[in-house]
Amino acid sequence: MAQIRVENLRKSFDQFTAVEGSNFTIDDGAFFALLGPSGCGKTTTLRMIAGLELPTDGKIMLNGEDVTFRRAAARDIAFVFQLFALYPHMNVAENIGFPLKCQGMARREIRECVQETARLLRIEHLLSSKTSKLSGGDRQRVALGRAMVRRPKAFLMDEPLGALDAEFRHLMCGELRDLHDRIGATTVYVTHDQLEAMSMADRIAVMNKGCIEQIGSPQEVYDRPASMFVADFIGSPPMNFLRFESGLRSGDRAVAFHSVSVEVPEIREDRASAPLALGIRPEHIRFADAAPVRGEVFGAEYLGTTQIVTVDTAHGRVAARLPSSASVRIGETVGLEFHSERLALFDVGSGLAIRTANERSARRG
Amino acid sequence: MTAVLTKSSAHSIVEASPRAKIVAGGLVILYAVITILPLLWIVATAFKSQSDAIAYPPKVIFEPTLEGYVNLFTVRTRQTPDFIAKLPPPETWYDKLVRQRDMVIAGPSKVVPRFVNSLIIGFGSTFLAVFLGTLAAYAFSRFRIPLADDLLFFILSTRMMPPVAVAIPIYLMYRQLNLTDTRLGMILLYTAVNVSLAVWLLKGFIDEIPREYEEAALVDGYTRLQALRKVVLPQAVTGIAATAIFCLIFSWNEYAFAVLLTSGEAQTMPPFIPFIIGEGGQDWPAVAAATTLFVIPIVLFTVLLRKHLLRGITFGAVRK
Repeated sequence: MAQIRVENLRKSFDQFTAVEGSNFTIDDGAFFALLGPSGCGKTTTLRMIAGLELPTDGKIMLNGEDVTFRRAAARDIAFVFQLFALYPHMNVAENIGFPLKCQGMARREIRECVQETARLLRIEHLLSSKTSKLSGGDRQRVALGRAMVRRPKAFLMDEPLGALDAEFRHLMCGELRDLHDRIGATTVYVTHDQLEAMSMADRIAVMNKGCIEQIGSPQEVYDRPASMFVADFIGSPPMNFLRFESGLRSGDRAVAFHSVSVEVPEIREDRASAPLALGIRPEHIRFADAAPVRGEVFGAEYLGTTQIVTVDTAHGRVAARLPSSASVRIGETVGLEFHSERLALFDVGSGLAIRTANERSARRG
Repeated sequence: MTAVLTKSSAHSIVEASPRAKIVAGGLVILYAVITILPLLWIVATAFKSQSDAIAYPPKVIFEPTLEGYVNLFTVRTRQTPDFIAKLPPPETWYDKLVRQRDMVIAGPSKVVPRFVNSLIIGFGSTFLAVFLGTLAAYAFSRFRIPLADDLLFFILSTRMMPPVAVAIPIYLMYRQLNLTDTRLGMILLYTAVNVSLAVWLLKGFIDEIPREYEEAALVDGYTRLQALRKVVLPQAVTGIAATAIFCLIFSWNEYAFAVLLTSGEAQTMPPFIPFIIGEGGQDWPAVAAATTLFVIPIVLFTVLLRKHLLRGITFGAVRK
């Protein structure tokens, strides 16, 4: 098992920079997710940790050892691919045993290790099957088995559930986390699916355009997004942004939102007048007849226990998550009341969060 | 043929009517007959006597003889009947056959060494072209090579004119290098011609193999070369077989360079066959016998690899 440290890691292909100066440390035994939209550099980062891609600049440390330019095989890590990459000319047992065969282990030992791994993944009955006959989930289990069998220092997973259907993905999420808890191996997990990252990871790094926007626990990333990008990317529906222009003074507990004063967590920095955005999660909005921010109901989306109601205000459209028991009529005018302790403020120019009593430590990594 | 007659596929909207099937089947049979007829004629001609072979109108029914084959494998001299009568009785059936025509066998002909040349040069150049082509195609497919597109175009451009167009420079070059009429020279030449085809064909095949396979092997402890050998090649075997057949067909059948660059030692079958001369001109039964033998290896090779060939030619045409 191992700690992984990445220092100033940079990768550029010709003119295009895929990863820009990343820094992070993954603790031994942690489940770490790299989350971001496609093309944000998360897979490139993972491939550099694996040794499948060489960085343009920077360092990768495994347990304090510099492995930046060491060949993939010499790093003792395992990689799980999105498309499983099971060797089609081998059966399940041969696939799982392959890494051991590469190391030159004796045949009988290989068979024992394969058996044990298969037992852990509950796929013993499949060992002599052809990989092409397996279902998506079983293929993924075999791919995991091949990764686990030689007890590597770390698991690197590149969207391992991306090729599965939604129902199965949910099941595998639980299985993966359970497996991680049982064997406790350091895991780096790349995904574009925030639900996967939120439900499995101990810590999440949100990436955008080659930069890490924020690193934190799922709660931190959700409750105290460090930038408008993170706030927008995480949460479904995403955080609402209401734009206004104002100056800020440290110690204030309210902002001048257009002609209305809106309570916010205590502001911790001074700012000259600039375009700002008020960030509100949909679940932190309530309808209140007396509230000064008003709008017209545009539509409602029923989700079972809750409903998402979209309201057109003078400053943009807002989505609110309300109990499904609340009755809303399309076209009616409603007042919006915000849960003031949970509001976030962003500088629209830089996209970064403004420090408040709520938003303390999470800064751009 | 069976493919036409079998049940309609999932893509066809209606089942073909019995009459349509008969027409389709008939057309396929007709095509097969037209294609096979010249081959059958050659095989039959090999068993005709000299006079039957050039008879007009052509004879379909004839008395078969092995004279053509005997003539192909031997060199004979004509003797007077008195001389032949004085010889001890013939030891073998072919001695007897030759003496009936007032001739005696003077020795073996050159056909066996020529055939061996064809085998060595054909299979040798095919092996080299496929070997080099696989390595180059793998590199083009997997690595970021500077100017890769230009290099690939350059490789393709070597096929843009008929190779024979450069026959004279090649002849001059080969004479300088003492490569004329050597097996090595012919192998190098055919390899050079085939390797561009091999690179392009194989690059297509290797592109289709997801690179995750090798990357998985690299992470699991293989070196790049081991991954290529143990993971990529087994999956590319279809493409390699198809490429090998194309390369072999070219070098096996190549005539122009063979005529120009070989005359003795390294002569292959194509320039040898048309010049099998008997008394009073071309010995057609012997020519036909040589042609029959010449066709056999390539037919065998193709039949052995036909499963791969069929899959190879249509490979990548349909998204799986």
